[in-house]
Amino acid sequence: MTTLSPADHSDSEEQQQPHEDVLAGLAASFDATVTTAFHERTVIVDRDQTFAFLRSLRDNSTTRFEQLIDLCGVDYGNGNGALRGHPERFAVVYHLLSVSRNDRLRVVAYLPEDNPRIKSVVGIWACANWYEREAFDLFGILFDGHPDLRRLLTDYGFIGHPMRKDFPLSGHVEMRFDEKKGRVVYEPVSIDPRVTVPRVIRQESVE
Amino acid sequence: MSEIRNYTMNFGPQHPAAHGVLRLVMEMDGEVVERIDPHIGLLHRGTEKLAESKPYNHSIGYMDRLDYVSMMCNEHAYVLAIEKLLGVVPPLRAQYIRVMFSEITRIRNHLLWIAAHGLDIGAMAVFLYAFREREDLCDVYEATSGARLHAAYFRPGGVYRDLPDRMPQYEASRVHSEDEVRQKNINREGSVLDFIESFVDRFPGCVDEYENLLTDNRIWKQRTVDIGIVTPERAMQLGFTGPMLRGSGIEWDLRRKQPYEVYPELEFDIPVGVTGDCYDRYLVRVEEMRQSNHVIRQCIDWLRQNPGPVMTDDHKLAPPERSDMKEDMESLIHHFKLFTEGYSTPPGQVYQAVEAPKGEFGIYIVSDGANKPFRLKIRAPGFAHLASLDEMARGHMLADVVAIIGTQDIVFGEVDR
Repeated sequence: MTTLSPADHSDSEEQQQPHEDVLAGLAASFDATVTTAFHERTVIVDRDQTFAFLRSLRDNSTTRFEQLIDLCGVDYGNGNGALRGHPERFAVVYHLLSVSRNDRLRVVAYLPEDNPRIKSVVGIWACANWYEREAFDLFGILFDGHPDLRRLLTDYGFIGHPMRKDFPLSGHVEMRFDEKKGRVVYEPVSIDPRVTVPRVIRQESVE
Repeated sequence: MSEIRNYTMNFGPQHPAAHGVLRLVMEMDGEVVERIDPHIGLLHRGTEKLAESKPYNHSIGYMDRLDYVSMMCNEHAYVLAIEKLLGVVPPLRAQYIRVMFSEITRIRNHLLWIAAHGLDIGAMAVFLYAFREREDLCDVYEATSGARLHAAYFRPGGVYRDLPDRMPQYEASRVHSEDEVRQKNINREGSVLDFIESFVDRFPGCVDEYENLLTDNRIWKQRTVDIGIVTPERAMQLGFTGPMLRGSGIEWDLRRKQPYEVYPELEFDIPVGVTGDCYDRYLVRVEEMRQSNHVIRQCIDWLRQNPGPVMTDDHKLAPPERSDMKEDMESLIHHFKLFTEGYSTPPGQVYQAVEAPKGEFGIYIVSDGANKPFRLKIRAPGFAHLASLDEMARGHMLADVVAIIGTQDIVFGEVDR
């Protein structure tokens, strides 16, 4: 079987090389490591360096990542050691896109469980505003310097961070309209959690 | 003299122009918008959390329900991401079918957009015209996948089944006479491909009709020209993709720039706007309908000449033939394992984006080697677009907010996820 490689382009092949060097140089100056898997490059950077690193990725005349395509949190809470490759529980993943150079890059910063806090990148890309609110809402990751860090997707007055691995799939509360009280009431969930298909890791897929 | 001050106004979540369940809290200075705070999440169903608890194939149906007016494009991104993890390439015929249905979906999405956008800002007739054609495309969906909306037709390794040889026909009843039904069935005599071809032949004329209604319409222009202007620099800052980015004059289309499937083989143009206002985005989307039509025609020609498999023969990924299962023990085991456990992907992380009708729809999967994704992130184009509503609408009149929501082509299924 051949590997699907949509990111390979013949026209950008010649300009790819100097860019790789610049990226490696940038990464080295910020103590970041660059890895490639599935034809995608991932840079793992220390969380204190993330803001400066991302800003130089955008402003460097060779890398020019003008767009933040996606920002999301990841909770490695129940993950096995092989997956994590890093002792921390949380991660913030930035997906960058360079429209002018037609290139993508993933930047990952790991955050510890007891203090999931990282500098906000709203000052670099304006669209990070809602993405960071979402990551705060769903994972409880705090973004320092964010102008308006409120919940975004969950209900008004919601308690907890639903995408964390220790948050049950069925949630904690359910709601219904109470005829007597004449308003919506919240109650503990009445459904039992169940697993329809167990999680299976086959050895051949890991190797 | 009485004191003049700003007041706060609530818009939605049940408002016909809110395109679903958008709630806006607007700070108004008379008729002029000072600040908008969109409240989203009223349609949040936790798709990403649900996907973590289910085998990969079970979540295909959730993808349909994200952007529920461009169903197959969402599936496309999800399926491509899984294939990238597994390193599987589907048969060529499956790729052509997928591309053809992606473009059919694009037309369907833009038809609904032009209908709803027109209705929002006072053009009633275009709604009726656009839904006439959309109906035919619903029938194509139904004939091929069995569902008019939530198709679940794309699967990792190919598509669920080949295009049927027969197009379902109307039947006479108490309310529909024989003559009427015969008239309706004229282009349904042949296969599904024949029906799509008859649609493709007819459709450019239909787009001309919409353009007759809107493009030079004085009222339409008054409502859209110079409304919600976004400069190219701001468009990139705000994370715009798709027609929103092209409307601002940046030539960027993933089908061309980072091609997937068989797009490199196909010929189409990328329309680009100039001023970045609502009118330019309207023109871009109308031209995209014509270009999609052209792509579908090329796919039909190829599909007619090249029969073949539409699903990979790797039975770890795709179920074996029904007839094989009756006789062959191994096929039976494959079938059982696939439907009870699914397949496991290698550990790692992939991001796969497609050019959905609304912009870049991306799927980011973190896999730990299990039969379920460890983390699935859906990058919805509408999310970034709606986030910019505050900036786009500032200083505009209240009525223009509706025009801007319309031009952003917001669908809450994907914004709230």
